[in-house]
Amino acid sequence: MDNKRKYVIPGDLVTTGPFRPEQNVILEGNKIISTTIGISEIYDDSVKVIPLTGKYLPKIDDLVIGKVISHTSLSWELDINSCYVGFLPAQDVFGRDFSAHADELTSKLKVGDLVAARIANFDRTRDPLVTISDRDLGKIDSGALVKISPSKVPRLIGKRGTMIQTIEMATNAAITIGQNGWVVVSCESPEGLLKAKKAIQMVNEKAHVANLTDQVKEMLESKGES
Amino acid sequence: MGGRDATMVLLDENGIRCDGRKIDEPRRIMIKAGGLKNADGSAYIEFGDNKILVGVFGPRDVHPKHMSNTDTGILRVRYHMEPFSVTERKNPAPSRREIEISKVIKEALEPAVMLEKFPRTAVDVFIEVLQADGGTRCAALTAASVALADAGIPMRDMVAAIAAGKVADTIVLDVNNEEDQAGQADMPIGYMPSLKKITLLQLDGILTPEEYKKCVSVGVEGCKIVYELQKKALHNKYFGNRDD
Repeated sequence: MDNKRKYVIPGDLVTTGPFRPEQNVILEGNKIISTTIGISEIYDDSVKVIPLTGKYLPKIDDLVIGKVISHTSLSWELDINSCYVGFLPAQDVFGRDFSAHADELTSKLKVGDLVAARIANFDRTRDPLVTISDRDLGKIDSGALVKISPSKVPRLIGKRGTMIQTIEMATNAAITIGQNGWVVVSCESPEGLLKAKKAIQMVNEKAHVANLTDQVKEMLESKGES
Repeated sequence: MGGRDATMVLLDENGIRCDGRKIDEPRRIMIKAGGLKNADGSAYIEFGDNKILVGVFGPRDVHPKHMSNTDTGILRVRYHMEPFSVTERKNPAPSRREIEISKVIKEALEPAVMLEKFPRTAVDVFIEVLQADGGTRCAALTAASVALADAGIPMRDMVAAIAAGKVADTIVLDVNNEEDQAGQADMPIGYMPSLKKITLLQLDGILTPEEYKKCVSVGVEGCKIVYELQKKALHNKYFGNRDD
C-alpha cells in the first residue's frame, strides 16, 4: 500500500490505466492527473487524491458546526466555513406544525449561536440544506470553538478515531468535530480545556508529520505531570 | 522606463546577450509558495529583477451578486503595479495597460482552473508588481497559478509562462526590459506542460512563419523549465524536503 502513495500537485500524473477516477483527479486520455495538492492513493480499481489544502465543500451527511448569521421568518442562515451558507428551515426546529406568525425564530436560535448540524441535501443548484433533527445535533450551549483547516479534519480524527480518542482520554474533554474545520471542545476542568485546544492546534500545524499521535500523547502527558 | 541605449550590444559575436545570458537561458527564477497569512493562497516570484506578490481568495461569495453565474464559478484577476515598481513614479490608478494584462492573465488561467465545481462563487486573484523589469505578465501568470494551487482551487494543470522573442535577428528565450525596448519581437507564452496546451500567446513585432514556429517552440521549452520551479516551490511548502 505504502509504495502506491505519492505526493502530488496539480497536473501531476498519478497513474495510467483502467482506474476509476474518484476525488480530485481527472481522466485525460488514459492518464489520471491530480487536480490538487495532496497525497494520491491507488486502490484496486480506483484512484483518489487526499487534499492538503482548500476550502470546505459541503457533502451530504457531513456533520458540521455552524454559526447563525441571520434569519428570515421561515429559516435561518448558517455560516458553515464554506463558500456557501447553510440553510436551516424553521420546520426542522419547530416541527411540522410550524407557523410563521405564531412562532418566533429567535426564541430557539439567535444570531451568533453555534449549532451542530448535518448536511441534509446539497447539489450545485442550491445552497446546502442542513438539519438539526437528530441525536447529538442542535444548539451548542457550552464549549470553546477551535478553527482548523478543513483539509486537516481527517488527521485530527486519525485512523479509526485514534487521534481524537487520545486527546479526549487524556483531557476528559468532549470534542465535537465538524467536517468544515470547526471544532467545539467542552471540558469541566480549565486545564483540560487548554490542553485539548493546544493538542488540536498542534495537529493542525503538524498534520504532515509521521507518528503524530505519539507526539500529541507525549505533549499531553508531559503537561499532566508538571 | 529604461532608456534606449543605441550603443548597447544586444547580442555579441559569441552569442552572449546584454546581461550575460546565452540565447536559450532564462533569467534567475525564484518562486515561493505561501507567505501571506490572510489570503487563502499566495505566492511570491522573483524573475530576474521582477518581484511580484500574488494573493488568492476563494471560492467565496460573489459581490456584487449580479456578477455570479449559476452554472460555474467566476475568476477575477487584478494586475496592479506599485507606484515604486518602475524608475519613474507610476500613478497607482489602473491604467489601460494594467486592465488589459488583468484580462489576459484571467483568460490564460481559465482553461486550467476547474471553476465549474463551485457554481455561484468567485475566485479572486490579486497580483501586485513590486518591481518591474520586462516580462511581468509571464512572471505574474506563473506566480498566480502557484497561488491558486496553494489556495486548493482544483486545476487541470499549472500554467507556466515565459516570453520568447527576436533580438538582433536571433530567437531568444526570456526577453528582458532592454531587449524588449530595442528588440524586434516579443512573444509571451503561457503553457500547461502536462496537458501540452497553450493558454496565452501574444506577439508584439514581426516574425516570418519559420521564426514564429521557432519562437513558439523555444517558449514552450522555457515554460517547462519554469514549470519545474513551480512544482519545486509547492513541494517545498507542502512536503518539506522529503524525497518522493
